[in-house]
Amino acid sequence: MMGSFDRFWLVLAACFIPAIWLVADIAGERLGANPIQGLHIRLGDLSLRFLLVTLAVTPLQMLTGVGGMARYRQMFGLMAFFYATLHVLGYLVVDHAGDWRLIAMDIWESRYIWLGVAAYLILLMLAVTSPKKAKIRLGKSWKKLHRLIYPCALAASFHYLWQFKGDMAEPLFYLAALLLLLGFRLLPKAKRKSVAAAFSSASSEKS
Amino acid sequence: SPPPAGSAVPRQPDLVATPKGLVETYNNYYEFSFDKGEVAKLAQSLSTQPWSVEIAGEVERPGVFGLEDLLRAQDLREYVYRFRCVEAWSMVVPWIGFPLAALIKAAKPLSSAKFVKFTALFAPDVMPNQRKGAMLQWPYVEGLRIDEAVHPLTILATGMYGEALPKQNGAPLRLVVPWKYGFKSIKGITKIELVSDMPLTSWRQYAPQEYGFYANVNPAVPHPRWSQSSERSLGSGFFTPRRATQPFNGYGDQVASLYSDMNLRLFF
Repeated sequence: MMGSFDRFWLVLAACFIPAIWLVADIAGERLGANPIQGLHIRLGDLSLRFLLVTLAVTPLQMLTGVGGMARYRQMFGLMAFFYATLHVLGYLVVDHAGDWRLIAMDIWESRYIWLGVAAYLILLMLAVTSPKKAKIRLGKSWKKLHRLIYPCALAASFHYLWQFKGDMAEPLFYLAALLLLLGFRLLPKAKRKSVAAAFSSASSEKS
Repeated sequence: SPPPAGSAVPRQPDLVATPKGLVETYNNYYEFSFDKGEVAKLAQSLSTQPWSVEIAGEVERPGVFGLEDLLRAQDLREYVYRFRCVEAWSMVVPWIGFPLAALIKAAKPLSSAKFVKFTALFAPDVMPNQRKGAMLQWPYVEGLRIDEAVHPLTILATGMYGEALPKQNGAPLRLVVPWKYGFKSIKGITKIELVSDMPLTSWRQYAPQEYGFYANVNPAVPHPRWSQSSERSLGSGFFTPRRATQPFNGYGDQVASLYSDMNLRLFF
């Protein structure tokens, strides 16, 4: 049987598969006619998906009654930060090749990027305060600080949605998923417990 | 049948054509798909022969003409133009076509003709987004002011890269207006009307605060959600900076005078 320690490292390794896949697609020229745009979309998508997975951990824990998932939540949150950092570097270094005049102009005039910047700054702050040491030092305010992941995810979703010109199905899907997770958090504690109880009795009836 | 290219029109010396494979596989043709990479596959089900174009409105010689008959009177040449999308990417395309002015002249416009309205193909059986009624109102409609329409840079294209126009690029007949954002350059034209009032164009109808009638390439006027100050030139590699966008897409010396009395922030 696999120990929980092994499982942790296996999940962590799996989180890097999309990065390896992306490198292979770049090397194999499989990102389409505008590979730099393809790169932005791929990395942005990955970051947003990891944010949503991070937010899903606690509700999932309540619904299933399986505990001890906090370290996975931390891992997924850091993966969201990892892919967001690559997304930002792709914008600055790959797309603009560090041309600061063009970058400043582009950010100033593109409102959807402001939301991306806001989301990234929050993620950066959460990543920096992620280690145990920081958690201990911050005490009670740590939890408050890390609730900023909700405005962060909202900003990231709207950052994605707001630059869209065509079919809105995908950005709206992300937004709907986020609102569902957010809605669960906003329920009063007692209500959350009863939802969880109803869910677990329903799933035990099935089995 | 590949149209024979006549003598090339003088071009700006810095223009190097984008690799053909990119131009054929990165297409905004929302009738087929919102996914630029999907259009080339889906558009192959389109039948472009026979094709007729209706000339209508404020003209002495209206009628429905077979495309072959319309083209017989025209002198096809190569026009190497920059093409700048409103989404901030660009390419350089060697089109084959003829000045729209020649066709308008042949139709003998009346003095009441102030604008030209273009209507694209409506074929919901082969165009999935027309079938679903997705996003824009179909068929796609575009328009030009008459002086823009008869400007020598404005062409109707039937080919590119020395060959017939691929279906995903707007076969068999599309407009090309190189100083305007790409969405003005309507594909699959079936009707050209000379009209007295400014036509309501598809993107303006969909989002009037974002897409104007004029849609001149202008780095000084951002789209409400994104900057137009620079563009990604298709075919340029990683770590190559974006290109600074030029006013009127680099054709200002030839077209800026058309707008000398207009505030381009208001008439975007």
